[in-house]
Amino acid sequence: MEDSHAQAETLALREQFDTEAQQKDASTLGMWIFLITEIMFFGGMFAAYTIYRSAYPTVFGVASSSLNVTIGAINTCVLLLSSFTMVMAVRAGQLGQRNMIIFFLIITLIFGCVFLGVKAYEWTEKYEEHHMPGQIAFHLDGTPLQGPAKLFFSLYFAMTGLHALHMVVGVGILTFIILETKNGKYSADYYTPIDIAGLYWHFVDIVWIFLFPLLYLIDRHLPK
Amino acid sequence: MSQHVHEHIDSVGTYVGILVLLLIATVATTLVSFIDLGNFSVVAALAIAVCKMLLVALFFMHVRHSTKLTKLVIVGGLMWLAILLLLTLTDFATRGWTGPGR
Amino acid sequence: MNTAVAVEEKENYLNNGYGLKSWLLTKDHKRIAVLYFITISIFFAIGGTFASLIRAELLTPPGDLVSSETYNKLFTMHGVIMVFFFLIPSIPATMGNFFLPMMIGARDLAFPRVNLLSWYLLIAGGILAIYAMIAGGVDTGWTFYTPYSTTYSNTYVITTALGIFVAGFSSILTGLNFIVTVHRMRAPGMTWFRMPLFVWANYATGLIQVLGTPVIAVTLVLVFCERVFHIGIFDPQLGGDPILFQHLFWFYSHPAVYIMVLPGMGVISELISTFSRKAVFGYGFVAFSSVAIAVIGFLVWGHHLFVSGQSLYAGLVFSFLSYFVAIPSAIKVFNWTATLYKGSISFATPMLYAFGFIGLFTIGGLTGLFVASLGFDVHVTDTYFVIAHFHYVMVGGTIMAYMGGLHYWWPKMTGRMYPEGWAKLSALIIFVGFNFTFFPQFILGYVGMPRRYHAYPDEYQVLHVLSTAGATVLALGYLMPAVYFLWSLRYGEIASANPWGATGLEWQTPSPPPTHNFEHIPVVTHDAYDYTTVPREVMEVGR
Repeated sequence: MEDSHAQAETLALREQFDTEAQQKDASTLGMWIFLITEIMFFGGMFAAYTIYRSAYPTVFGVASSSLNVTIGAINTCVLLLSSFTMVMAVRAGQLGQRNMIIFFLIITLIFGCVFLGVKAYEWTEKYEEHHMPGQIAFHLDGTPLQGPAKLFFSLYFAMTGLHALHMVVGVGILTFIILETKNGKYSADYYTPIDIAGLYWHFVDIVWIFLFPLLYLIDRHLPK
Repeated sequence: MSQHVHEHIDSVGTYVGILVLLLIATVATTLVSFIDLGNFSVVAALAIAVCKMLLVALFFMHVRHSTKLTKLVIVGGLMWLAILLLLTLTDFATRGWTGPGR
Repeated sequence: MNTAVAVEEKENYLNNGYGLKSWLLTKDHKRIAVLYFITISIFFAIGGTFASLIRAELLTPPGDLVSSETYNKLFTMHGVIMVFFFLIPSIPATMGNFFLPMMIGARDLAFPRVNLLSWYLLIAGGILAIYAMIAGGVDTGWTFYTPYSTTYSNTYVITTALGIFVAGFSSILTGLNFIVTVHRMRAPGMTWFRMPLFVWANYATGLIQVLGTPVIAVTLVLVFCERVFHIGIFDPQLGGDPILFQHLFWFYSHPAVYIMVLPGMGVISELISTFSRKAVFGYGFVAFSSVAIAVIGFLVWGHHLFVSGQSLYAGLVFSFLSYFVAIPSAIKVFNWTATLYKGSISFATPMLYAFGFIGLFTIGGLTGLFVASLGFDVHVTDTYFVIAHFHYVMVGGTIMAYMGGLHYWWPKMTGRMYPEGWAKLSALIIFVGFNFTFFPQFILGYVGMPRRYHAYPDEYQVLHVLSTAGATVLALGYLMPAVYFLWSLRYGEIASANPWGATGLEWQTPSPPPTHNFEHIPVVTHDAYDYTTVPREVMEVGR
């Protein structure tokens, strides 16, 4: 008896699934589980941060104050705006509006690149101020505990660096999705990749929502 | 014939409203950090961050329309992060309780 | 009677497409499982070679076979290969990949291309790790404790860490795939409580893989950063704490041991049921105990840090919690035993391995309780007692289950039977060899022989010689299946669809199965171990 599963495989219905709804459900669940792994991945660094901030609260405050809070806040808003344009792109996907999808994805992409550019500028500033842990001339003014100061900046660079890496991957994913949209791969019936790319993008935004206060806003009320 | 998943499409107004809330919260958390709240500062900062996270998750990530399983997965992930942080802290918070060197 | 010709000509997953590309670009979970079988067998051989060198060195008290530096590399590389490249993938990536979809009536996993990617990631990670070993080796211990691994070791730490990092993602993606598959791809009528317990076990394993592996991944990233960029998170000279590394490392590595043993327990549930011709007693308890082990297993990692400098209070908390994780494991052992009671028991090779598992895992598990006790652990930590404990559960447990499952499902996967006489003999040799290798190590550890030492006082030699002799027998025991399995591919008796008279959807397909698993997706109407559904004439067990 011939195998009854002889229908052609499409993007919208791969042969291991019975219905498109099942496929979308599975893809979404798969992305959410992946995001959970990302929570635990960043979580290790958040654990290190928690331990060391409670061990060296004053030094962390001094180090945090050396970061530019205005730039950090503006960058946070840039990323929030990009999340807005991302969900608008997904909405356009739900409505099958190809040009709007591309429009909003490109804006999201631009915001993402702005964020990364600002980050690069901040990092350069830290380098020039000799706040990079690998530097021989490392020195943070305002505290005798240079070791723990290095700890703060190690965490700063590791956490924002890992976050930036995820942004770069996100930019890559968005570029791919934009090209696929241009090639007409998506419609109101099948826009799942845009949806799950959005989930990824929003997650990276949420990580930054926590990184900003934890790194930039320690003991700001104290006089410099 | 394709099977259409009937889903809720949020309005542009909803998304704009959430964005505005998020931006306000960002300004708020920045300004609040300049006020001396002692140990409560970090609580306030984290509380605002959690609110922002909920807004992004519930509205931008459509969690409020998602299945029970998705919500369970998210709660599970956050619980596991909590396990990592809290159980590790049982060590570091209790160092020195039995005297120096322990 | 089987007509050999008819079976050979039928299309199955093995002959559906020839050539390297059809294998290296396959999306078929069964072919990917075969790729994994070959890969991890190679890793097992490499890890076993390191073990042989270790046991050879330990024959005599002085460190005379290799230098201390080389010995450090030997036990490190043995551990790294065996843990990350053999045991962690072992049962899930082979038998899980092959049978999980079939057992729930699915055509494949949820994400077949991600499945293939998982295999490539294991290969890539393995190449990095083996390159590190050939280029000069790594000597930090498989545990990579800081500050030695970050600051002082002059060996290939980064390359090895990278290899483990990459292999970790192989594990994460497999777990993710299994979880989504079980949630979303079950056939009509296949409710959660009709699934075979092997599926429950692999599902619970997937939960651990997904929640735990990312933490060791980021920890290795931090070690990498410390070595390369001198970003010192674990550096005491900066006020950092090396114990933080241990916390982060063991947060994964303890649940990792449950990644290694849970699937084995799933296999044992299948074997005990089939070869007692009886439903597993307390199905619900066994199913939930898998999930319980996965969850509780995340709460106990500090028992690896009892003497590290961790606070005493944390030690108390972790010791207390560690006792709880034994409970679900014990529940399984009791339920397997109750399954045997008044069952129609036969002693085919898979069942011999199942019996071996139950006995040896019980010893290993009980000694785990010993070391979970703070006072006792202070005495035996970092001695051969610990080594004996974990080899009892990992080798006496997991590898026995792996061998049992391999024999059990061999006819299904290959369409051939292995030679039963030789198989029974090797099972016996493995059992004897194993116990002679590792039981003396309990005694060695208790009387003070430290682990990771290659020179020791003369009075320990007798026990070491016993252990090495046992290891030689064990090695022979493992070599025999390698030979007769390969032999069976060509000369083995043609296997029927259900040579064991087992329940389970995988036995309702031909041996070997067709690429799409089922002609028509089955509708499930009965429980998992319902032997009334197995036709009489198939019951030809007890060969």
